[in-house]
Amino acid sequence: MQQSVDSAQAIAESDALAVERTLAGDRDAYRVLVERHSHSVFRLAYRMTGNRHDAEEVVQEAFLRGYQKLGQFAARANFGTWVYRIAANYAIDRMRQRQKENALRETPRVEDREGTENDPVNRVQDEAPTPERLTQSLELRKQMERALAALSEAERTAFVMRHWEGCGIEEIAGVLKSSSSAAKNTVFRAVQKLRHALQPFVETKAQARAMGTES
Amino acid sequence: MRHMREEELIAYREGVAERRAVIADHLSACEKCRAEMERIEAVLAALDTLPVPDPGADYGRQVWKEIAPRLAEQPGRWWQAWFEPRRLAAAGGIVALIVAAFVAGRITKHGGIGDNVVNKEQVRERVLVVAVGEHLGHSERMLIELSNEAPDNPKQKEVDISAEQRRAEDLLQENRLYRQTALREGDAGLASVLDELERVLLDVAHSPGEVTPAQLEAIQKKIEARGILFKVRVVNKELQQRQEASKPAPQNDSAKRERNKV
Repeated sequence: MQQSVDSAQAIAESDALAVERTLAGDRDAYRVLVERHSHSVFRLAYRMTGNRHDAEEVVQEAFLRGYQKLGQFAARANFGTWVYRIAANYAIDRMRQRQKENALRETPRVEDREGTENDPVNRVQDEAPTPERLTQSLELRKQMERALAALSEAERTAFVMRHWEGCGIEEIAGVLKSSSSAAKNTVFRAVQKLRHALQPFVETKAQARAMGTES
Repeated sequence: MRHMREEELIAYREGVAERRAVIADHLSACEKCRAEMERIEAVLAALDTLPVPDPGADYGRQVWKEIAPRLAEQPGRWWQAWFEPRRLAAAGGIVALIVAAFVAGRITKHGGIGDNVVNKEQVRERVLVVAVGEHLGHSERMLIELSNEAPDNPKQKEVDISAEQRRAEDLLQENRLYRQTALREGDAGLASVLDELERVLLDVAHSPGEVTPAQLEAIQKKIEARGILFKVRVVNKELQQRQEASKPAPQNDSAKRERNKV
């Protein structure tokens, strides 16, 4: 009994050990890896796909593929980074698929963001009698979602991985299957596009602050 | 003094600039570039306020529960994945569809080359329509049963929905397959309803096996609010009509006699 407790602690301490044990046939060891990394992979997947439904699919698929390819996992590598990469690749596929779906539909689903169905942003109508400040803030959020949705898959991937997840350029280049300089350029293009799309709204907010109309 | 280009400022802000020290020195000395950097930072700071939903403290356990039955006994051996029960069932289903399409193709193969192409298309359409129709029927029944679930008495603290939950898990796999097929076939309307159904199935599959009456009510309200039962019924009806329309027209006796002569 004591041995199994010790073993569980040892698994929790090290991803590398968990990988080793999984490869040795201890399937439960993989459970430790799944439970440990699910949240961060979900965050990446949600930011890339923009909706909860797709993000959950990406998380599951990433861990399934990770398990299937575990034999190819280099012992010295970091499991978290590795599964991140698998998730990012699958998220790109999912985004492409979603784009095709949207193109086939009559009305694009730019604002169809899962998990935000109770979000006031989705319920606010232009004519809704909300205070000006709230309206501005909600409008900004809508614009941000639109601007992110308007990025290409590569730009969105590069931006999410670099700006929000702090991934290195080499890692991003690996996911985008490009050179480091191309990955760097993609980060730049993404920020530039976001800036051009959002600056008017952000500036309006800054001006409001300067005018003392915003707390 | 040469001002910094937007590219350099963004690279600096995102930590990927090569000449960091030079840009930092320039920013401390140049008010114009500092103002430009502030504008970039304001946009990025605004983007940082976009929320990411919290999937819940037990999300890792949920993910494991979802994927565990789909994992092979040994990792890294790709071929083993094809022998797990769910995959075998799915593969069996696909084989059955192909066989059905082949047999139906043989039976309806009467005309010339042009007729044959049309027949094959019709058969493929019919097989897909029948399979999706069945799937929608199963989904509808599960959702109706879930919508009708209720505590046996007012004091009951938990309601067991584990049966519906397991069915939702199974239906989810099929649903993904049909949604992707519908999409490939360019059937956007069907793909859209299957997509909505998938979200509901995902919600149910992720629910605990035993829920409080309040949780049950929330699930039922969600199903109702999405109007998914109605949409599923409408699409199923349309599929039935398509099935009827794709049936080959009965041939008249003179045509049969002509063919018999050949």
